[in-house]
Amino acid sequence: MIKLIGVVIVILGLLFRFNPLLVVLVAGFATGMVAGMSPVDILSAIGQAFVTNRYMSLLILVLPVIGVLERFGLREKAEDIIRSMRTLTAGRVMFVYQIFRQVTVGLGLQLGGHPSFIRPIIAPMTEAAAAREGARGTAWLERIRGMSASAENYGNFFGQLLFPAAGGLLLVKGVLENAGYKVDLLIMAQYAIPSAIAASAIALVRFLLLDRAIRSADKTKGGEQA
Amino acid sequence: MTVTLDQIYAVTGVFLLIFTVLTLLDKKQSGKWGTAMFWGIYGITFIWGKEIPPAVVGAMVVVMALIAGAKWMGMGDYLSAATDFRRKMADKLGLWLFGPALAVPLVTFLVAWLFPKMGALVGLGIGSVVALALAFLLTRIMPVQAFQEGRRMLDAVGWAIILSQFLAALGFLFDKAGVGKVVAEMVATVVPVDIRLATVIAYCVGMALFTMVMGNAFAAFAVITTGIGIPLVIKMHGADPAIAGVIAMLSGYCGTLLTPMAANFNVVPAALLEMQDKNGVIKAQVMTAVPLLVVNIFLMYYLAFPGK
Repeated sequence: MIKLIGVVIVILGLLFRFNPLLVVLVAGFATGMVAGMSPVDILSAIGQAFVTNRYMSLLILVLPVIGVLERFGLREKAEDIIRSMRTLTAGRVMFVYQIFRQVTVGLGLQLGGHPSFIRPIIAPMTEAAAAREGARGTAWLERIRGMSASAENYGNFFGQLLFPAAGGLLLVKGVLENAGYKVDLLIMAQYAIPSAIAASAIALVRFLLLDRAIRSADKTKGGEQA
Repeated sequence: MTVTLDQIYAVTGVFLLIFTVLTLLDKKQSGKWGTAMFWGIYGITFIWGKEIPPAVVGAMVVVMALIAGAKWMGMGDYLSAATDFRRKMADKLGLWLFGPALAVPLVTFLVAWLFPKMGALVGLGIGSVVALALAFLLTRIMPVQAFQEGRRMLDAVGWAIILSQFLAALGFLFDKAGVGKVVAEMVATVVPVDIRLATVIAYCVGMALFTMVMGNAFAAFAVITTGIGIPLVIKMHGADPAIAGVIAMLSGYCGTLLTPMAANFNVVPAALLEMQDKNGVIKAQVMTAVPLLVVNIFLMYYLAFPGK
């Protein structure tokens, strides 16, 4: 049981919002100590694992390219593309955005995010589309904003492992190889595809149901007026 | 010609050392020394990681964690472009802007398929260099400014960039200490481990629940995989580690959708969108996350045991 001290430290440390690096460090030392390792052994183990797993951070190489493209308007151009679907219903805007996000993140591109896309572009578009159909008021706004934000998370989470050099896959590889299993990144990326499709399908149903609810909101309103 | 992973690491290290020099030259950089030391030490581990004794690297890593924990890192002045310049260039260059960006995945996939010995990681390295060359051709930017833009992005990520490497190191220590065995024994007291489906459910649901507690699927993965995935699903029932591993990670992501601990994804957006209900985003996600977790359980059960 005492061996689980590291797990407990990680849970408590993250719960109390300490810097995750420090939490992991303390958890590592505590775990090593209860396993009877000397401080130098523990440092060696950390150093060795850190060096073996350098590949997890290779995205550093991509940063200058993306930075340059952003300087020359990459984000602005992506916004143009998203904005061109102005005439769609709220649920369809969410779905198109989710697919856009899923495909681009699956190609290793970080184009998206709540601050840069959902707040300034997607949420206003979906709110306007719903209002056109008569779905107005705070309750509708809450629901539509929540769904808009969720589209970003679905696209991001269930697209990112499609890229064979994604951080998540590299961590899977690292943990499994530490335990002595050789795994191939391309194969892992392939087996992320079924979940990605399932995520899109489930999200699509949810978004279409939202559209339907919005349309019926229109009808009840129309009825009241008549 | 063969490019090795060590050469890619060396290039990465050189990038980091260039960022370090730019940080030191930046008069407006906040937390100048902490930031420069962090990227400098990190660059050294990329270039000479194998030559330096592991215990020394370990000590360097501890120093990095302390710099991050003490909040000695900051943002600088990256001589960024004004909004109207970006708008003008977006109109002028149009869809060509996506060219260099798409060159990265294209080259990565091509190298991984055509030269399986080099693999996806070397492909990513080559792809980045090719893309950078294309970006130079497209934009005619000064190389120094390109590294300023890279540094801008890296500083925005900050210390979090080494978190994965840290978690892998923690997993390694857990493994050495036999944490996995203890967790597996505890799970075995509640779960009928002889039934394959039961172990798959324990692995996937364990990932989701632990991710909800920790707010981070990466941290949960190291613990749950050494504790449940490897001993029960992979060793005992013979699952393919690659397939089970990736589906377990995706199960963890289902947990991320359900927890306020993943503040950046769920709570911050609610605030950003001025929602009254701080958990409104999570509530919108429940009916997607739960069915998706069930789907992942079945995917692991049917895909991860080929020919069994």
